[in-house]
Amino acid sequence: MVEGIDGSGKTTQLSLLAKWLASTGQRVFVTEWNSSALVKAATKSGKKKNALTPMTFSLLHATDFADRLLYKIIPPLKAGMIVLADRYTYTAFARDAARGVDRNWVRDLYSFAVRPDLAVYFKVPIDVSLDRLLARRVKLKFYEAGMDLGWSTNPTESFRLFQSKVLEEYEAIVPEFGLSVIKASASITEQQRQFRDLVSRILETPKS
Amino acid sequence: MTDNNGAHGGVTPGHYYGHGLPYLSIDNYPGKIIAIESTDGVGRTTQIRLLREWLEVQGYGVVETEWTRSALMQPTIEIAKSSNTLNKLTFVLLYACDFADRLEKEVIPALKAGFIVLADRYIYTAIARAGVRGVDSEWIRRLYGFAIAPHLVFYLKLDVDALARRVLESGGMDYWESGMDMKAGDDIFDNFRNYQRQLLKEYTSMSDEFGFRVLDGRKSVNWIQEELRRQIGEFLGEAGGPRPAPTE
Repeated sequence: MVEGIDGSGKTTQLSLLAKWLASTGQRVFVTEWNSSALVKAATKSGKKKNALTPMTFSLLHATDFADRLLYKIIPPLKAGMIVLADRYTYTAFARDAARGVDRNWVRDLYSFAVRPDLAVYFKVPIDVSLDRLLARRVKLKFYEAGMDLGWSTNPTESFRLFQSKVLEEYEAIVPEFGLSVIKASASITEQQRQFRDLVSRILETPKS
Repeated sequence: MTDNNGAHGGVTPGHYYGHGLPYLSIDNYPGKIIAIESTDGVGRTTQIRLLREWLEVQGYGVVETEWTRSALMQPTIEIAKSSNTLNKLTFVLLYACDFADRLEKEVIPALKAGFIVLADRYIYTAIARAGVRGVDSEWIRRLYGFAIAPHLVFYLKLDVDALARRVLESGGMDYWESGMDMKAGDDIFDNFRNYQRQLLKEYTSMSDEFGFRVLDGRKSVNWIQEELRRQIGEFLGEAGGPRPAPTE
């Protein structure tokens, strides 16, 4: 699975990896953070009305994850497929803690999760991620920019403040859970080469 | 009553059970939480309506908060229950999300403003239902570490046979209250009894842990109401919380 803040390029990297795996005959299943139908309505209306608190934000995402774990992650694993997850529990650890939810509580909350065989963190400086996002779309999203926290009324400034906190959390998560780090400032091709190397090593190791 | 302090999961009433919401301090808020628990069909909602009336006549501000009724989650919980796609984890987490929304939007503001919060069911409902479904009991307790320990918890206890008769008289057995999601078989009566018996066991095991004040659910509505009023009156008298307006 891949981790990284918005604009780190992880989604691009994951889709290139999926192409490669499929071309080698592997059967691949991709699942994205916050994509289950179960909590879609609540998340959408909560976000629209800016009605989510750090705690309900956290619990809704955990519900989404639990739902996907049961329907989208465990079945393909049992079928021997490779599950590629765009964001995993570490996203919750980083974001929820940045929002002021207790760190240990969030880790405990997700103790029902399956531990991934490989976790890759795409590390990017805040300015690079901001440049990429701003180049691509006009407006930063309310929660993505952490505007719910009221740190700044300027979306760009708020994004910078909030995502910097998220980056700090990731810095602690990387050693704690043994995430592999790829520097997202390198070229897309170079990152993909490193990513494929990491994956090859995992696939060669027979499962115990 | 001597158990106003401690015996509520080892936590002082009005404080968080566990890690709480680190970004929301609730120290010294003047309001009070009174939770009423029971399985369905014991007349809990009637009792709460009567209590509210009684408290308001005395001049107390009252806010009610009801299980699964948050603005954020109610529609989702209803859809999820009717679509049969819930598993025990998502079931637990949807409830927790509902509770969190009500806690932050209803309960905490009311406590801050000095209201008495009457909670129609509290986290014990979630813990009991999760326990019956085999969710880890330590995990669920830590999950609800963000909840506030109520000042009083009443548990209206009714045995399974009496409960089954009451539920049948008032509209019949419902899919979820019979634990039909646990796929134990097609006989709703047997399932209802088994499920409710297990729920009662969970409630009983929480009694000491969370300092429940247990009332006999077989007694009349009036008897139960009188007992609730007596105990609540005693507590509010001692608490020096929100003062009632003179009623003369």
